[in-house]
Amino acid sequence: MQPILALSGLSKTYVSGHQALKSVDLEIRRGEIFALLGPNGAGKTTLIGAVCGLVRPTGGTIRVDGKDVADDWRAARARIGLVPQELATDMFEKVADTVAFSRGLFGRPRDPAVVERVLRSLSLWDKRDSKIMQLSGGMKRRVLIAKALAHEPDILFLDEPTAGVDVELRRDMWTLIGALREGGVTIILTTHYIEEAEEMADRIGVIDKGELILVEEKRALLAQLGKTEAEIGLAAPLAAIPEALADWPLALSGDGETLTYTVTAEEAEARGLPLLLKRLDGLGIEFRALDTHRSSLEDIFVDLVERRA
Amino acid sequence: MNFHAVRAIYQFELARTWRTLFQSIFTPVLTTSLYFVVFGSAIGGRMQEIEGVSYGAFIIPGLMLLTILSESIANASFGIYLPRFTGTIYELLSAPVGVAETLLGYVGAAATKSIVLATIILITARFFVPYHIVHPLWAAVFLGLIAVSFCLFGFILGCWADGFEKLQVVPLMVVTPLTFLGGTFYSINMLPPAWRTISLFNPIVYLVNGLRWSFYGTADVDIRISAGLTLLFLIGCIGVVTWIFRSGWRLRS
Repeated sequence: MQPILALSGLSKTYVSGHQALKSVDLEIRRGEIFALLGPNGAGKTTLIGAVCGLVRPTGGTIRVDGKDVADDWRAARARIGLVPQELATDMFEKVADTVAFSRGLFGRPRDPAVVERVLRSLSLWDKRDSKIMQLSGGMKRRVLIAKALAHEPDILFLDEPTAGVDVELRRDMWTLIGALREGGVTIILTTHYIEEAEEMADRIGVIDKGELILVEEKRALLAQLGKTEAEIGLAAPLAAIPEALADWPLALSGDGETLTYTVTAEEAEARGLPLLLKRLDGLGIEFRALDTHRSSLEDIFVDLVERRA
Repeated sequence: MNFHAVRAIYQFELARTWRTLFQSIFTPVLTTSLYFVVFGSAIGGRMQEIEGVSYGAFIIPGLMLLTILSESIANASFGIYLPRFTGTIYELLSAPVGVAETLLGYVGAAATKSIVLATIILITARFFVPYHIVHPLWAAVFLGLIAVSFCLFGFILGCWADGFEKLQVVPLMVVTPLTFLGGTFYSINMLPPAWRTISLFNPIVYLVNGLRWSFYGTADVDIRISAGLTLLFLIGCIGVVTWIFRSGWRLRS
């Protein structure tokens, strides 16, 4: 099936000479949740800006559902909703008015029913007549999401949707994003909270210094690059790793009291921890403590970016 | 053409006027009334008629212009500068909205407000001085042209300004002095020849002249030159705005 969004050779060099995007190729599948991870200044916001019309690309093409954004910008933009990172709101406006305004701006006829539905889905209905400046930061964030959804877009960009948002609201937002996906909306989000990507995304892209260094199914990524680490505290110190265990991925601590076992999820299938423990038992090596740790997306991410640094 | 967007922007901008009713409608009307009290009634009674028109009536077109120019520039520049300042402009830039929709919305709303103000001032003037408009249709055309042109100019100013100070400086330091020196309160024919010649370099002279001709049928300079220059200014502003959108100057990175 044709991707709903296709970037090819997308690049952006700012007037200052800063190269924010270096020939990025990316295809977003219809209906998926795609998480774009990257450190600050990696080019996440520039990438979103280029698709949404806020940044003029220096090179490359952007196609929304097969149509070039440069040629057919009206049609393309009408299908995209954007929730920016900054809490930019019209402070003196009422919530319901500002959402209705957004709908009109994106070329849709007035429809109070849609505005009501959007506001209710974000628990903003009770605040519909409040001025935006009276709302808390979390509520303002919801208003921005409501504005982005007012014209019922097919593609929703969320730039750091949960930055500075409390835990409860973050949970609510995840539920909402899940519900949007159920409704067929394709979602592209950038985030610092890797647990967010881990929780929700179908696929993950890692961007660093303007280059997309990895795009992968979340599960596959965790399986390939995620590591399981076990620290085995020995009852009696060992002088060296026994010959019989030479081909196992093991490391012995300086004092000989701790064995560290590290495998990727794929390797773990052949040489799992239970088998290792059985071997140790067979060799008469006793242990007193066992501490296991499965690496998260965060570890993988930090690892990837550090390797390039 | 995205008509829903035009309507959304237009209504949004007018709602802003409505919210600040005192500042946007009552203040200019009060100011103009004060001019009428001072120049029209208090001093005007002791002044000679100018080209057959009583002084109080003579200054009406100039006073209307004074308000229209400053209000048009202020409203249109603020209308586009505010979203730039707060960051809400992201929405306009990411929307399926082009030059035409933006101008019809922002400039249309600002011009509407200016024309409403001009009408209120005209009605207010009735309470102070009697007057008769010779070419009402031309007066309407001139007012419309001037309001739209200066709203466009204000829009450009709002795109250019990178601080509230710059937003204030041009109207206060450039437009207001030019308006006062542009024959608002006098006919440039009353000036010594050298100053009259210098005045002809002031574009506001032609606007005042055009509007005054449509009111009283008398003109300091040829009315066709007035109309032509006003039109030229309008076209120039449209050109600059189109360029701003094409190039993304100060709007897109």
